[in-house]
Amino acid sequence: MAETDTERAKAEKTTPDEPTPDQAGPDRVEEAATATPAGRRPAEEGPRPRGIGPIGWLRWAWRQLTTMRTALILLFMVALGAIPSSFLPQRAQAPEKVDVYFQQHKALAPWLDRFSLFDVFAAPWFAAIYILLFVSLAGCVVPRLVKHFQAMRAQPPAAPRNLTRLPQSATFETSRTPDEVLAEAKALLRKRRFRVAEGKGAVASEKGYAGELGNLLFHLALLGLLFSLGVGNLFGYRGDVLLREGSSFANTLAQYDQFKPGRAFSTNELAPFSITLDDFQAKYELKGDKRGQATDFHASITYRDTPTSASKHYNLKVNHPLEIGGTKLYLLGHGYAPQFTVRDGKGQVAYRGAVPFLPQNSRTLQSEGVIKVPDAQPDQLAFYAILWPTATATTDGKQIISEFPGALRPVVSIVGFKGDLGLDSGNAQSVYQLEGIGKTLIPIKGGEKLMEPGETFKLPDGSGSITFDGLKEWTSLSVNHDPGRMPALIAAVLAILGVITSFTVRRRRVWVRASAAEDGRTVVHVGGLTLGNPTPEFDDVVTALRGDSQGSDASEPTTPVSEETGTPGDASPGDKSEQSGAETSTSAADDPSDKE
Amino acid sequence: MQTADLANMSDKLMLSTVVLYIVAVVAYAADLGFGRRRQPAAVVRTEAKVLVGADGPDETVTEVVAAPPAEDDRRRIDWARLAVVLNVLGWAAHLGVILSRGLAAHRWPWGNMYEFLTAIAFAAVTAYLVVLARYKARFLGAFVMVAAVIALGVANIWLYDSVGPVTPALNSYWIAIHVTAAIIATGSFTVAGAATIMYLLKSRREAAGPIPEQSVWSRVPGVEALDRLALRVTTFAFPIWTAAIVMGAIWADEAWGRYWGWDPKETWSFVTWIAYAAFLHARATAGWKGRKAAVLSLVAFACLIFNFFGVNYMFSGLHSYA
Repeated sequence: MAETDTERAKAEKTTPDEPTPDQAGPDRVEEAATATPAGRRPAEEGPRPRGIGPIGWLRWAWRQLTTMRTALILLFMVALGAIPSSFLPQRAQAPEKVDVYFQQHKALAPWLDRFSLFDVFAAPWFAAIYILLFVSLAGCVVPRLVKHFQAMRAQPPAAPRNLTRLPQSATFETSRTPDEVLAEAKALLRKRRFRVAEGKGAVASEKGYAGELGNLLFHLALLGLLFSLGVGNLFGYRGDVLLREGSSFANTLAQYDQFKPGRAFSTNELAPFSITLDDFQAKYELKGDKRGQATDFHASITYRDTPTSASKHYNLKVNHPLEIGGTKLYLLGHGYAPQFTVRDGKGQVAYRGAVPFLPQNSRTLQSEGVIKVPDAQPDQLAFYAILWPTATATTDGKQIISEFPGALRPVVSIVGFKGDLGLDSGNAQSVYQLEGIGKTLIPIKGGEKLMEPGETFKLPDGSGSITFDGLKEWTSLSVNHDPGRMPALIAAVLAILGVITSFTVRRRRVWVRASAAEDGRTVVHVGGLTLGNPTPEFDDVVTALRGDSQGSDASEPTTPVSEETGTPGDASPGDKSEQSGAETSTSAADDPSDKE
Repeated sequence: MQTADLANMSDKLMLSTVVLYIVAVVAYAADLGFGRRRQPAAVVRTEAKVLVGADGPDETVTEVVAAPPAEDDRRRIDWARLAVVLNVLGWAAHLGVILSRGLAAHRWPWGNMYEFLTAIAFAAVTAYLVVLARYKARFLGAFVMVAAVIALGVANIWLYDSVGPVTPALNSYWIAIHVTAAIIATGSFTVAGAATIMYLLKSRREAAGPIPEQSVWSRVPGVEALDRLALRVTTFAFPIWTAAIVMGAIWADEAWGRYWGWDPKETWSFVTWIAYAAFLHARATAGWKGRKAAVLSLVAFACLIFNFFGVNYMFSGLHSYA
């Protein structure tokens, strides 16, 4: 509350725009009728409640929460709160980077973690901010919606006594009778889609309700967006699978490499589809200084919606996900999976298969990986390997590099180890790393070799042999189900429509009063009031009303247009709300809460 | 034409664009510094000069004496017209840069940071020309064009990339929609930012005391007009920025399997959006109008700039195309 109070004090000091009762002057009552419709005003700075009991305090707190200033502060806190997520690694996006950060900043990291700075968007404090913001929003928008609907059904406010005092006004004389003029005004305004009400010797009209409606729609749509996000997080799931060419995946929990279910998601809801990766193709630029840049990836897959349904074919590409039974399947990444056959010391085949390697460089696809052979006898075997898809020597001839990501001349370098892989200890191990090197896993002397496909390398100490059989590719697929997807899209589209409407449509009122003059002619006063900058429509109305009454010494319409930027088009809601200098109003719609 | 010729033409046009813009900046600055007066008093002064000049030829004088009127003529170069003409020529060359680049690459010409920044500069100049035509906001010219020259300079010196295909992730019709919206919004926000800076400078100058008739500031409209111009351009850009984010989310859903994942670019787009939303709300609240709102608007603009440079070069994320 301390912070709010300082803000309060500041705002009080710097609100010269607010008319004080003295400034409002004796015409206050009259101007009340002409108050700008639905203008926004700052928080009502009433005296602090004293001795009002808990309910009074609650009401006071609620009023504070729903003020524009609180909403502004909360908005800023959301923005500020989101910033650390871009500077610090986040568990949701890159858990491995968080681990690295912990190793590098041993003292700082636990403290940051205490403030959930590695899970900013799941942090309690972040949730507190946005929940407060959305409560504040709802507490403002819902009452305003009710008031707006009432205003839309109510009569337009009656004409103020002195129409010439309005921001837009015009006066002219005509030979028609007052009744004729008013009837014509009514017809004209109705035709222009104003809502019209007839008073005593005057016509009152109002239109542009859509502006406020758009504004409310925008804010409600934001609530809808948050709700959809929540639904997706609660009832959806996402998982990652790595598939080698020729291998299959059935949508069950056990087959995922990584799986993140929503809190309310039950695994029985997994769609029972299965897929097989038949072939993966990557195309690269072959010439010029962009040589090696990927231009196209596609994965040919065969899939079945259910175990019993017919198999179908799909060409899975980036930007072209496959939808199966409410689940979407995406092509995310790719890499090489060299195939090896490992024979142990006894000559038995201890391993045969394609091992996914991780690309170290996306431009050359130089990759590394490990082959673990726990079944080898008498010693377990392991190999660390580097793959160059298109191997070539550096200009000094000392190093091997890959000069192209496609597999034009694949070469692997192998380093052999023997001993204990440590797989029996029960601790989880990465499939891309060897553990216990130098302790339980001993490098084999002379166990290094460069190999091309088809080559076999006999380990010099007789503990086995390894054959580089060839190259396959793998793809990583992302599978997800998000029931909040469509609602979120609808909410987002409504938000955009809402914000555009609220910026382009302005609420405006026009009053026409006709009274008989002494010489038998009729004096017509027209007054206009627009929320935001005046529109040219007022002048059109006046011109049409004057019609054939040429020769009358009518004064020109006085639409205030400033020199440089005064042309209509200012869309700020409530922009010129102090124009009328009044702070009270008659219409129910004129008492909006203090924020958008 | 061959691809290589088109690419070459694009680079040559880029040079012309930068040169034209730089000369336009000089002309705008000259216009601000000693161009024609806007005030009625100034107009009278100019007329007086014309009369003096007209008197000149009537007298029979030697060539040496005739020199002063000629110098007077030169001083009355219509800097404003020169600036606008050069600006429009530069704009046309700029359009040519983008078109030839797109034709050379057979795709939308905003596939890498060089092209993206070039397009943003183009959007900013276009937004300025629109504001110039609609609101006669010539006083913004020097500021916006300096920003455009800096942007093109950065694009050419540090971000230049030869014509080439895009990565498969960018190969989607969404690039035409999402990135275009982001470019238009960024360009417009730049013009709003220039107007806001002018607003802050002018309001400081006004607070310091009366503005002399001859000063640069006498050619800049009042704070209210500047404030409204900034607001107007922001109200135009904000829905487009919103749409850019939403369309980015739709694209992200197609390419990466989620519509929102707090990627650094997404986070900062969101932060920028929030900051501009805060500005619009502040602008409609009495206690926050004026200076406070203007500062908010600049904070939002700083977020926008950071979203472009900081996010792409400081963090590794899905939007790192550099």
